[in-house]
This record gives sequence, C-alpha cells and structure tokens, in this order.
Amino acid sequence: MSDPAVPASEPAPETQPAPETRPIPDVRPTPGVQPVAKAQSTSGRKAAQPVRPGVKAVRKSFSSPLASVFVVAVTVLWTLPTFGLLATSLRPKEAVSSSGWWEVFVHPDLILSNYHTVLFEGGFGVSGGMMPYLVNSLAISVPATVFPLVLSAMAAYALAWVRFKGSDAVFFVIFALQVVPLQMALIPLLQLFSGGAHLGSVTILPALDMGGTYVPVWLAHTMFALPLATFLLHNFISQLPRDLMEAAVVDGASHFKIFKSIVLPLCTPALASFAIFEFLWVWNDLLVALTFAGGTPEAAPMTVRLAQLSGSFGGRWELLTAGAFLSLMVPLVVFFSLQRYFVRGLLAGSVKG
Amino acid sequence: MRAALLADSAWTDVTVKLGNSIGAIAAFLGVLLAIFFAAGRATGRLGRPLAVLVFLGPAVILLIVGLVAPLVRTIYLSFRNDDSARFVGGRNYGWALTTDSIHQVLLNTALWLVIAPLAATALGLVLALLIERMKRQAVYKSLIFMPMAVSLVGAGIIWKFVYEARDPSQPQIGLLSQLAISLGWSHPPNWILSHPLNNFLLMAVMVWVQTGFAMVVLSAAIKAIPDEVTEAARLDGARGLQLFWFVTVPMIRTTVVVVLTTVMITTLKAFDIIRTMTGGNFGTQVLANEMYSQSFEQYNLGRGSTLAVVLFLAVLPLVAYNIVQLRKERETR
Repeated sequence: MSDPAVPASEPAPETQPAPETRPIPDVRPTPGVQPVAKAQSTSGRKAAQPVRPGVKAVRKSFSSPLASVFVVAVTVLWTLPTFGLLATSLRPKEAVSSSGWWEVFVHPDLILSNYHTVLFEGGFGVSGGMMPYLVNSLAISVPATVFPLVLSAMAAYALAWVRFKGSDAVFFVIFALQVVPLQMALIPLLQLFSGGAHLGSVTILPALDMGGTYVPVWLAHTMFALPLATFLLHNFISQLPRDLMEAAVVDGASHFKIFKSIVLPLCTPALASFAIFEFLWVWNDLLVALTFAGGTPEAAPMTVRLAQLSGSFGGRWELLTAGAFLSLMVPLVVFFSLQRYFVRGLLAGSVKG
Repeated sequence: MRAALLADSAWTDVTVKLGNSIGAIAAFLGVLLAIFFAAGRATGRLGRPLAVLVFLGPAVILLIVGLVAPLVRTIYLSFRNDDSARFVGGRNYGWALTTDSIHQVLLNTALWLVIAPLAATALGLVLALLIERMKRQAVYKSLIFMPMAVSLVGAGIIWKFVYEARDPSQPQIGLLSQLAISLGWSHPPNWILSHPLNNFLLMAVMVWVQTGFAMVVLSAAIKAIPDEVTEAARLDGARGLQLFWFVTVPMIRTTVVVVLTTVMITTLKAFDIIRTMTGGNFGTQVLANEMYSQSFEQYNLGRGSTLAVVLFLAVLPLVAYNIVQLRKERETR
C-alpha cells in the first residue's frame, strides 16, 4: 500500500533550474490540496525520506503511547463497519438473523451463496436479481467518463493554445460554473429530456424518447463534469512547453494533429487522474441516476437499487450487505490498486457536484 | 433447467447493455475523428476559427444546455406555482421560511453544516498530527481514507447495519446496540428512530467519510511548513502544544478553512445518506433531500425549484471563497 499523502519536502518547482528538463506539471487541484499534488507529481519519491527537525519537534510534542492508542482506535473504528458488512454478506441467512456478525471470529462458517442469490435470484420479494443493475452501473460509468474527458480536453486545448478574443472570458465562465450545484439543473434538464424545448409555440428541440435508456444519464453526467474537467485539464495543458507547440506549428501540423499526437499523449497522467475520479464519481452517484435513469432494471445503476432496497427490505441483511458489498468492490479495488492516482484525482475533484 | 434459462437471458441482457455502451463510445470517438479529419484539411484563414468551433463548440453547447439555461430556468420556476402555470411572486419563498416542517429541515441542515465539517476537520487535524510519528502510517492513512472511496449509499447501508436495533430480549445484530448492552445499558433505544439523536448518528456517517480527506490534505500542509519557521519558534522556547497552537495552526490556517468549506459544500449537497438511512423520516430531513422530494415525489416544481435556489445561495459563498483562495494561491506562486 502506498502512502496517500506524500511528504512535500522537495523544493518548489519554481526554484528548480533547467526548465527544459522540468517534469510536466501535474493537475492543479483545489487550493488546499496543492502540496499533495505537487509532491506527488515529482517522480521518484523515496519510501523513507529524512524527517526534518521542525516537523520532528511538533511530532515529538504529540508523541505518547496514548496518541498511538488513539490512532489505532480510530483506524479500527473506521474499518470495522465495512468489515461487518463483508462478514455479514458471507454468513448464512439463519446465522445473520440469530447472531451478530462478530460471531464469525468464534464460528467462521462462511458461504458465497448470498452473492449468487442477490445477483441472479432477487429474494427481496421482487423478481430478478441485481445483475442488471450491476451491468447498468458499468454501462453508465464508462461512457460517462470518456465523454466529458475527451470533450473537456478539447475545450481546454482550445482555451490554452488556440487563443482567440475572449478566450480568457470563456475560460473564466466555465471555471465559475463550478458553483452551480447539481440540484439547480435537475428539474429543467429533466423537462428538456422528456418534453423538448419550446419558445412560445416554436419548438427549438423536439421531445426525445430516451426513457429507459442510458442516454439522459450519460448526457447529464457529461454536462455536470465539464466545468471541473475543463478547469483541471486546462491547468495541465496550458503548461505544456511552448517550444514544443511552436515547433509543431512550424512543421505545419494542424491543431487537430497537435491535439491528437502531442497534447493527448503528454496529458496521460492528468487524464488518468481525472478519469479515475470521474468513473468513481459516476459509479457512486445516486442523485443523477435517480433523476435521469428512473428505478427500473433497464437503466438504473446499483446505487439506485440499493437505496430502494435499504428503504423497503431492511430485514434481509445477508442479501442487502451482499448487494452493497458488490457495489463497494469496484471503488475499493480501484482505491487499493491505484491509490496514488486515486487520491490525487479525488482531492482535485472534491468540490465537484 | 429454469435457472439455466434465466442465466441465459441474463447474459443476453449483459451483452446488449455493454454492447450499447461500447457502441456509444465508438460512435462518439468515430464522429470526432471524422470531424477532426475533415476540419484538419481546412487551411488558411478558416483554420483557426474552425479549430475553435470544433474544439470548444461541444463543451460550450453542453454547458449552456446543461447548466446555464437550467440555472436561469430554475430561478424562473421558483416564482411559479406547483405546475409552473401561474406566477406566484415570492409565495414559494414565503412557504420555505414560514412552514414548520421546513423549519425542521432548515434547522437540521444548519446542524449538519456546522457539526459534520467541524468534527471531520478537527479529527482529521488531530490524526494528521498523531499519525506522522507512527510506524506503518501508510496503512493507517489508507484505512482511514478508505470510506472516501465508497458511495454515500454504501456508507449509509454500512452504518444502517451498525445502528440496527432489536428488542433487548433477542440477540443483537447491530454493533452499536451490542456495544451499548455490553457496556451495561440494558434497554438501548432504536437509534434511527430516536429524534434528535438520529440526526447526529447520520452526521457521524458523513464524518466517517470525510475525516480521511481532511487528514490527508492537512497532513500535506503540515509537512509543507518551512523548517525555519518551526526551528525559530523552538529557539524562542516554544514547546509542545504551544508550538502547535502558535506555529502549526496559523501556518496551515488557510488549508484548514479550505478543508472546512470543502466538507461543508459536500455536506450541503449530499442527500444520499439521508435517503438511504431514513428517507427523510423521523425528523432527519435535510434541504437536499427535501428538494428532491418536493420536485420528484410531490411534483411541486415551484417549491422544489425554490429549495434548489436556497441550496445554491447557501453553497455560493463557500465555493466563491474556495475559488478566490485558489486564484490567490496561483498568483503567489
């Protein structure tokens, strides 16, 4: 496991000489998280960095066995509920309803059949399992990550390198749109998707029959992701070396060629961070899915189904926990395998929504 | 036999859905490449405007349709009645300010807004300071940060199970009830149903999720304090808690405030926890969930829009503050 927070003891990039060899700047996240991103953007971090005396002094004053006990207690408290969920999902129905999950330490009698039941058979008094919803989650999340990623990279490139009159103003407006909460857009957007747009008696946009498909969810997620994505990618793309861009223009490359063969490959770290953040954001989202996908197995993702079941069938804990753990598995795998990218992306995007 | 058939149709469903999804991506990229190819042939004076149009056009159109126009329309709808047919002036706002049930909602929201961010930030700060000197700190940090990865719906279910209560004569399956009983509380309440306690139990879920975020950000800020500053303070005789209060805290004050406002923004907009755990019942309703209920369950678009505007106005100063901080920080670098 790698450390989410990397010591920021490297000198600031500004003080480093030799701009030609300077590593490509990373995604610039929200103000408070600058140090993390800065530290993580510098490659080749060492596992054991020397502790500086100043930090040591503050640390020392907090050093006592009591402090360690406190940290361990918090860690246990923070982990135990999730562990309880996993343990319950692996216990037989009778055991779950007759004793607490902590009994697994005494009677480790674990099964996988809850997962089969919840995926394929239902068993909540409703027909059908969670499999369609799990598939929906995936089918919603992947395009809803790709679309805003590509569109915002394009917009960011235009704003940074194809400068035109008013490009700063456009950038600022897109940046400022981050203040608009999702809730402000839900009703009008739903009306637009189901009824089209009309000005007086003139139909600007006809009603689109998209009920039961992923299209409204994809569109909504793409729209809502654009301000943050454009802002983050602009920070990155605008700091690509000017010489490189000018050389490409001198060689006669069109903007499209530059974008495809220079900008996108050089941006991979920023794109990866944002992609991971956005994928998990969409995977974990409830509000957009509930509003635009409805609650049917045709289009609704896991989160919507789990919220429904949690409200109505709380009694079948062995199934609810199995379903919940299925939906948690993807974020947890991403978290523990791509922790560095994940933390960077997540910190950068923590104000989104 | 029947199970096999079921599985077959399930797999067909999987193939069709994922096929649609991959097809949509392929079509999207295909269209883009075709446009790139066509527009890339344009040369001379047309080249630049065309590039701007192709690169910026889709994002701008989507933003206007998806955010700018809805923003204006939601404000407009908030001055109209439930089915938007009549102009009602400020009646919806009057309703939001004078109705008892909405008072409860606003009070709960205010409590959430103050308590959850303060608790998460304070705990995050303490952990950031304490964890640094421990062995295997990466493990502790990862485990405390982990709740940030899971959905708020998942977090809601995890904690609903912790708060599950049964009659004391039966074996308990919820951790909190069991803990209360083993500590000698013979009749612990049904946690989720006990107002006003349930509000704080739900806030605990948000604190559980956000503490890791606060810890990681503050830990990085503490490490970024220049050595000279702490050294100088030490030479001047500052020790222990003094060093913490008069050197560390002032040096990371901006970061603390940004963490606080960021968690506040998340808290204001989050409705998933409430929806999953209580559905807004038992006196736990908050603004974001009430907005959803009014709009899409009561179908009162006027009231729903009004609550959205109230939420927007509450979030606005917080986000504006974060944006200003960001610009400042970029200028000084």
